[in-house]
Amino acid sequence: MNSTPVAPNPAEDFEVHPLSGAAARPARQLSGPLAPEAAATLDAQVRAVDLRVPLLEKNDLLAERNRGYFLGRGLATLNLVSSPGAGKTTLLERTLDEFGRQTRCAVVVGDLETDNDGLRLHRPHAPVAQITTGGTCHLDAAMIARGVESLDLAGVKVLFIENVGNLVCPASFDLGEQVRVVLLSTTEGEDKPLKYPPIFKSAHLVLLTKVDVADALGFKRDVAVANIRRIAPQARIIQLSSRSGEGLPEWYDFLRGLAPAAKA
Amino acid sequence: MHEVGIMESAIDAVLRQARAHSARRVHRIVLRIGALAGVEPDGLRFAFDVVTRGTLAAGAALEIEAVPARAYCAACDADFPVDGGFIARCPTCSALSADLRSGRELELSRIEMT
Repeated sequence: MNSTPVAPNPAEDFEVHPLSGAAARPARQLSGPLAPEAAATLDAQVRAVDLRVPLLEKNDLLAERNRGYFLGRGLATLNLVSSPGAGKTTLLERTLDEFGRQTRCAVVVGDLETDNDGLRLHRPHAPVAQITTGGTCHLDAAMIARGVESLDLAGVKVLFIENVGNLVCPASFDLGEQVRVVLLSTTEGEDKPLKYPPIFKSAHLVLLTKVDVADALGFKRDVAVANIRRIAPQARIIQLSSRSGEGLPEWYDFLRGLAPAAKA
Repeated sequence: MHEVGIMESAIDAVLRQARAHSARRVHRIVLRIGALAGVEPDGLRFAFDVVTRGTLAAGAALEIEAVPARAYCAACDADFPVDGGFIARCPTCSALSADLRSGRELELSRIEMT
């Protein structure tokens, strides 16, 4: 970071032409529209600071703090993002009932209002914290830090963060997660990755959900997969259905493989 | 409208700098926004007016410098400009790349103040 004056110092003194009848005064005492001399004096005080500060510095720092905390506890952390209704909560319900029986899991779930999802996910064997954002369209790292504080993480190996249903805003906010999971359901269009590319671009894993009804909907899985690949060649893709159970073993294998600590 | 949240965070940083320099007014702010940052410059401009109201930065000029996206192709060992939106395809070998070298910037790069 360096700071440099923009303009050189102007001469301290200047002259007012006596023909105008005005008394000679320093420019800073002039009122009304600025005389050119006065503007020059103002310019001289302008300081320019060049820097490279991330606009989301505060969130980024908190996210790193969260990441360190999760790592230190041996927690595998996943941030689940999708449009509303893509099946995040349903997938987590079944995951807690099956995978969660062998490996202790916890959930932080965010919504604009209501604790409906928190209640749906509530299980004696899995601590759940509900965050209501009161209108904010995404979870941020500070909300996660507070949400996690309220959880009993003893023995927990996998922490799921169910983000607010929104395919745009959560893309910009790092929560400190290890894995960003984007869900795309067959009730949406095959071209959604092309229409909402930032979130897919940042995905480590894309889950194509509700594949049991793909045929009935005329949803072309191969087209959707090709579109995901174009935007996010780095992402692993798992096709699954939380209802029929198709693809769930692959999802559970993925969870087991995340961190040695997460192994059942 | 996460642009409002992003701009609030940006103005926080601007005002911190302004106070550190004992500035009375902020005249100009320059942001660098990557083509693939997923943030709308128009949304930022709208948020800027709202967020700066009543602060040292009220009335300041907001300049947004667009940073073009570049990706790296491992097969060709070369950088290339990403001009197909979010699809980074190497112009030489047509391979898709996930290795963005620029284009995700969301940065405050310059403040002018008195």
